[in-house]
Amino acid sequence: MGIMGRRGIAAMVVAAALLATGCSGQDDSGQQQQAAGPASLTFWTWAPNMDKVVALWNQQNPDIKVTVNKQDGGDPAVTKLLTATKAGSGAPDVMQAEYQKIPTLVAADALADISKNLDPSVAKAFPEAVWNSVSLGSDAVYAVPQDTGPMVFYYREDVFKSLGLQAPKTWADYAAAARKVHQSDPKKYLGTFSAADAGWFSGLAQQAGASWWGVNGQSWSVDIDSDATRKVADFWGGLVEEGVIGNKPMYTPAWNAGLNNGTQVGWVSAVWGPGVLEANAAKTVGKWKMAPLPQWDAAKEATGNWGGSATAVTSQSKHQAQAAKFSAWLNTDPEAVKALAQISGVYPAATAGQTEALTSPPKFFANQPDFYQTVAKAATTVAPFTYGPNVNVAYNTYNDAFGKAADAKKKSAFLTALTTMQASTVKDLTDSGFTVAK
Amino acid sequence: MTATHRRRGPRKLAPYVFLTPAILLFAGFMAAPIGYAVYLSFRATKVTGLGLGKGARREVWAGLANYRRSLADPEFVHSVGRVGLYGLLLVPVMMGLALLFALVLDSGRARGGAFSRTSIFLPYAVPAVIASLLWGFLYLPDVSPFAYLAGQLGLPSPELMSSRYILFAVANIALWGGVGFNMIVLYTSLRAIPSELSEAARLDGATERQIALRVKVPIIAPSLIMTFVFSLIATLQVFAEPTTLRPLTNNISTTWTPLMKVYRDAFTRDDVYSAAATSVVIALATLVLSFGFLRLVGRRAFGQEA
Repeated sequence: MGIMGRRGIAAMVVAAALLATGCSGQDDSGQQQQAAGPASLTFWTWAPNMDKVVALWNQQNPDIKVTVNKQDGGDPAVTKLLTATKAGSGAPDVMQAEYQKIPTLVAADALADISKNLDPSVAKAFPEAVWNSVSLGSDAVYAVPQDTGPMVFYYREDVFKSLGLQAPKTWADYAAAARKVHQSDPKKYLGTFSAADAGWFSGLAQQAGASWWGVNGQSWSVDIDSDATRKVADFWGGLVEEGVIGNKPMYTPAWNAGLNNGTQVGWVSAVWGPGVLEANAAKTVGKWKMAPLPQWDAAKEATGNWGGSATAVTSQSKHQAQAAKFSAWLNTDPEAVKALAQISGVYPAATAGQTEALTSPPKFFANQPDFYQTVAKAATTVAPFTYGPNVNVAYNTYNDAFGKAADAKKKSAFLTALTTMQASTVKDLTDSGFTVAK
Repeated sequence: MTATHRRRGPRKLAPYVFLTPAILLFAGFMAAPIGYAVYLSFRATKVTGLGLGKGARREVWAGLANYRRSLADPEFVHSVGRVGLYGLLLVPVMMGLALLFALVLDSGRARGGAFSRTSIFLPYAVPAVIASLLWGFLYLPDVSPFAYLAGQLGLPSPELMSSRYILFAVANIALWGGVGFNMIVLYTSLRAIPSELSEAARLDGATERQIALRVKVPIIAPSLIMTFVFSLIATLQVFAEPTTLRPLTNNISTTWTPLMKVYRDAFTRDDVYSAAATSVVIALATLVLSFGFLRLVGRRAFGQEA
C-alpha cells in the first residue's frame, strides 16, 4: 500500500480529462479528401499476427502502405480513439472495433461513413445480422465486419459418457445434465454464471430473441428487461439458487484451474473457446467436445454472439477511400480471409470464409474433424441484435447488479438485477439528453 | 539570523528565480489540471436526436447538477460508508502494530533486530497491485495453499472473498503493506530520543513498559500524528487493492470505494464530468478530515515544542 498518498489516480483522471476535452472544438471539415492515389495508412488492431496478414496487402498494393499499430485490446483502443477524436488529431486511419462499441464510436463522431467508398457487393459477403451491426440499420456503413463469435457449448465428453449423458439439445437438457454432474460429485459443475462477462450474458439473451436497444425514429428504445432476457436470467438464477451451477466469475485463477482439473465439466462459450482451453486446460486435450448451444426451442435453432469485431475507418483519416478499400480487402478477399483465419486465428465474419478458410479443426479439437462445419451451421442462426450508444453503462451495471445477485444465490435477485440494468441504462440516456421511447 | 546587508533589487528577486521551476511545474501539472477538473465538474454533454454523427453532442454548462447527482447516488453513499468502516478497521490496527513493532525493536530486546526490521518493512516495497494479486491467489480456495492444507487436515476453509469477509480481506492487504512503513517512521523518531531520558526513568525505577508508554510515546507524538494522517488519506483513496481483486469475486462492485467510482465514471462510462465532480468532493473531504484532525490534536502534539 502506498502510504505516501494515492494521489496518482486523481492526477491520472485529471490528466485524462485534460487530454479528452482539452483541445476539443476543432472539426475535421477542413480536411481534404484524396479519393485515390498513394497513401500511407495506420491500422490499430489487437488481433494476433495481423502484421503478417497486412504484409500480403502491402506486397500487392505498394502505393497504399498499411502500418499495423498493435493495441492492448478492445476497451483501451476505444478509449484512445475517443480521446484522439476529441483532441482533433492522433487517430489512426483504420481501426479494429468490437461490434458493441460501434454505436458509441459513431455517436462520438469517431467513425466515417464509408458507404460511398464500398462496392455494394461487400454487404452480400456477410450474414444480414452481422451487416446490421455495422450499418446500425441505416444506409450508412461504419465498418466492414471482420470476425464473429457465434456461441457454442463445450463439454467434457469423457465425463458425459461415464454419466450416460448426451450433449444437451435444449436448455432443459442442460439443466438436467448440470444436476446430474453436480450430484455425481459435489465439486463438479457443468458451468458457471459469470457476472464479470456482460458480453456472455447479452449473447445468451440474443439467442433467446432479445435485442436490448432499438431505433425508433429520432429516439432510442431500451428493452433489456424484456420477456426474452427475463427467461434467460430466470433460468440461470434458478440453477445458481439450486446450487448445481457455479456462481463465480470466469477467467479467474480458480476457474482456470477448474478447467484443467476437471471440476469445470462444461463451458457455454463461443467459437474462439479452443484457444482459451488450450492455454488453461492443457492437461485435458482430447477430452473436450463442442456442440451447438442448447436451444430454447429445438425446432427453431438460434444462437448469439460473444465477441467479434469489425474494421472501421476513422473520421480523422485523410484517405478514407483507400482505407475503405483496404478494410474491404481484409475481410472479403479470399486470400486475406484465409490469412485472417489461419495466421491471425480469428473466426471470419465473411460467409464464404467460414467454410473455405477453415477446413481443419483447431489443434485442441483434433478429435472433432467437423468442428468448423458445426460452427458454420450455427453461425447462420445468429439472431439479430441491436447495440445502443451506451453499451458501456449497461455492461457496467450488469457487472455490479449481477455480481450481487450471483452472490445472493437467489433467482428473484437475478430478475431484480435485470430491472436495475434497464433503469440505469435508460437513466443514463435521458441524463445525456437522448430521447428514449417508452 | 539577522541580515546585516541592506537588501537590493536583484537580491530580492533571487528567491523567486530559484522558485520559478517549482512554481511552473506546480502550476502546469497540479494547479492547471485541478482547475480544469473543477471546470469540468460544472459541465456536461447534451445529445440531440439519436446522438449519431457530427454535432449531435455538445458540451454545455451544467451548474451543480453533477454534484447533486454524485452526492445523491446511493452507490456513492455506500462506497463512503464502506470506506469509513474500512478505515475504522484498518487504521487503528495498522498504527497499533506499527507502534508495537517500533517499540519492541527500539527496546533492543528483539533478536536479529536488523532482520526483523527489514522483514517487517519489506512488504511496503511490494507494489499494491502485486500484493493484491499475491493475496488474491491465497484467498481463492481452489488455488490457495492454505485452503489445501486445511483440507488435508480436515478443517473447513472459509471463503475469504465472500460478502462477509471481503472488507477484512482487502484491509489485510493494506495492513500487510502499510505496517512496515509506519513502523520505520516511528522507529526512526524513537532512535532520535536521547538515551539519558530512558536512563533517568530507569534509575527512578520505571519498568520498560512505563518507559515506553510514559516517556517514549509522548515524545514521538508528532510522528504518530503524521503517520496517522497519512494513513487516513491513504484510506480515503483506497483503489489499487479492491480494483485488482475485483475480477476474482462477485463481491467488489465497480463503485466499491469512492475513487473506484471516479475511475468507473471517467473510463468505463465515458463521463468525465461526473468523475470530476466526485473527485472534487473527495478532495474536499480529504482536506477537511486531515486539517480537522490536525487542528484537533495540533495544539497538544506540537504545543510543547513551541
